[in-house]
Amino acid sequence: MTESLIVLYGALPYLLRGSLVTIAVVAGAMMLGLVLGIHLAVGQVYGGRWLRRVIGVYVWFFRGVPLLVLLFLFYFGLCSLLQINLSAFTVSVIVLGLISSAYQSQIFRGAIMSLPQGQLKAARALGMSDGKAIALIILPQTLRLSIPGWSNEYSIVLKDSAVAYALGVMEMMARAHFVASRTYEHLPLYFAAGFLFMILTYLGTKGLRILEEKVRIPGYSA
Amino acid sequence: MNELFFLQPDIISALARGLWVSVQLIIPSSLFGVIIGVTVGALRVYGNPLVKRIADGYVLVFRGFPLVVQLFIWYFGLPHIGIYLTSFGASVLGFSLCSGAYQSEYVRGAFLSVKTGQTMAARALGFSGIKTVLFVTLPQAFRRALPGCGNEIIYLIKYSSLAYMITCIELTGEGKIIASDSFRFTETFMVIGAIYLVLTSVAAWILRRLEDRLYIPGFEQYS
Amino acid sequence: MADTVPILRIEHMTKRYGDKEVLKDASLSINKGELKVLIGPSGGGKSTLLQCINFLIKPDRGRIWLDGTEIIRAKGKALYAYRQKVGMIFQDFNLFDHLTALHNVQIGLVRVKGMQAKAAKERATQELDRVGLKNHMHQYPAELSGGQKQRVSIARALAMDPEIMLLDEPTSALDPELISEVLDAIRTLRSSGMTMIMSTHQIGFAGEVADELIFLEKGSIVETGPPAKILYDAEYPRTRDFCSKITELYANSSS
Ligand SMILES: Nc1ncnc2c1ncn2[C@@H]1O[C@H](COP(=O)(O)OP(=O)(O)OP(=O)(O)O)[C@@H](O)[C@H]1O
Ligand SMILES: [Mg+2]
Repeated sequence: MTESLIVLYGALPYLLRGSLVTIAVVAGAMMLGLVLGIHLAVGQVYGGRWLRRVIGVYVWFFRGVPLLVLLFLFYFGLCSLLQINLSAFTVSVIVLGLISSAYQSQIFRGAIMSLPQGQLKAARALGMSDGKAIALIILPQTLRLSIPGWSNEYSIVLKDSAVAYALGVMEMMARAHFVASRTYEHLPLYFAAGFLFMILTYLGTKGLRILEEKVRIPGYSA
Repeated sequence: MNELFFLQPDIISALARGLWVSVQLIIPSSLFGVIIGVTVGALRVYGNPLVKRIADGYVLVFRGFPLVVQLFIWYFGLPHIGIYLTSFGASVLGFSLCSGAYQSEYVRGAFLSVKTGQTMAARALGFSGIKTVLFVTLPQAFRRALPGCGNEIIYLIKYSSLAYMITCIELTGEGKIIASDSFRFTETFMVIGAIYLVLTSVAAWILRRLEDRLYIPGFEQYS
Repeated sequence: MADTVPILRIEHMTKRYGDKEVLKDASLSINKGELKVLIGPSGGGKSTLLQCINFLIKPDRGRIWLDGTEIIRAKGKALYAYRQKVGMIFQDFNLFDHLTALHNVQIGLVRVKGMQAKAAKERATQELDRVGLKNHMHQYPAELSGGQKQRVSIARALAMDPEIMLLDEPTSALDPELISEVLDAIRTLRSSGMTMIMSTHQIGFAGEVADELIFLEKGSIVETGPPAKILYDAEYPRTRDFCSKITELYANSSS
């Protein structure tokens, strides 16, 4: 028991440095997912029939194929096929980001569709272009409404990021397993990694709740 | 030649073998997941405070830990306390317990959403407690929980690929072997991805059909 | 000479949805400072006509002149410039929910007209003051009453310096006790010389302020004329029918 604790204590800084890698992967993926997701959602709501169809296929694909398979496909397959040299870290961010963009687009789409559509008309009537109206009127409200869904998506991407271990990214899970297989203290190390993930989930969702409260529109209950 | 690669008998049989293992992982895991989900979900609503506490704690941990971490605990961790599971067994255990925790969230929400007025009306008609649950609460709760629980099963289909990470050679694992042997990474994982896409799409289609079948006018998802 | 050119003229405006012709060959013109009111049964095409005028609905056919210049190729910059000159008030206000009253008025000035934030704020404050809402300018739409919301939307449209205003049932979504504050704002607007086309079911108000009533039914303009004529001495039986019913209703409900 005490032995385990000593190992754990010694490994903790190493795991915590891994948490920085985890945070970097998740932050990158969430941002990529956010930027792509917003565009996909806007395209899916306001785009023409063909655009909507293409986006529909994109969403269907990235929601239907397992993360691990996509990681292998991109890292071992596409990267060498297209002769681009990307690190496992970068590929993990991209793949997690693409998958997340598919899920995030559905969050944003739902939020856009829940907005009263008259506001778009009013913006047009003032002489705004559709692009301006969407950027200035629709999206600010969409993003506010999307925070709870986004927070949920964050906790999923965070946990999924542990799969990046399969490509050898030295995030928390990889480090826990690395130490475990040398010290034979598997259980304490896995539990430590698990709890670190829980702490990151807690901190992230808490932060987003504070943000949600901060940007809440007074008098508006949705 | 290139196009015919995936038509070679040994490749096909390897893919089929992998698919079969995946199916054997998915079906029991989703069944156990639902059973655990319903039980834990019900306990979290109707159990006494201690039971509620324990059930809540279970859900907190199994939804909080990444599935990979859970699988590693069952497969690499348990032997340290003298329990040895095959990679297949550890996978089914891991999937069921994790899925069950997620399922219980939907089940709990569904039970909570059945209005108390409905129970009172049943009681007033002379239904016993058990009969009330069976004929009034469950049919309503089932409809409310179905979309969420169904989605969880679709997730499970995709997450079953993680069994490969604890050396259980299912579809993804067979794919990895084929790809490494033939150096056809792109094509192989495209094919593997397509198979999963078919599985998840079929599951989604069945779920939608079921929801349509059970549709009751005016019975909103969240009311 | 200049006085004889109507500020807005539309001709042969036509709109169909599938087989259904919701606007049939509607033509009208309005001079500077006039107020014309569209009346007619629900579903008659009033909203469609008004929204065709600023291309919120794209008419299938029809021509529009503003200040004697035809609006052709209503797309891109030309369309946005035209819409700035045509203010619009909606039945359900359509305020931007995430912006305060002040910012609702300001955003068009800054983001469409390209005004400096400070000057825009001054102008917006002035417009809100005109509709009696200076004290509420930092409130969000959800914190305002219906009447206040509609007055903000009037200020928002006026801030753009429109040459003409379109008002689509500006009081229909309001509780009865809030209607008068909006009607007062419209009266003030009228006496300041604003050109307006309004649709309304408030037939009494229409009769009081309109220069001309336009009776629109099943997508066609049936009859046009001064209020006294349309309300009490209409030429067409359909107009008479509608007006007698609705004046009766009005007499009963306003007592
Ligand atoms: N997008 C649409 N698709 C099909 N039909 C439509 C559409 N929009 C309006 N209509 C139809 O066009 C007709 C005219 O509608 P419009 O809203 O212009 O009437 P209105 O005179 O403003 O009525 P109200 O007094 O109720 O506001 C109605 O019959 C309506 O059903
Ligand atoms: Mg209307």
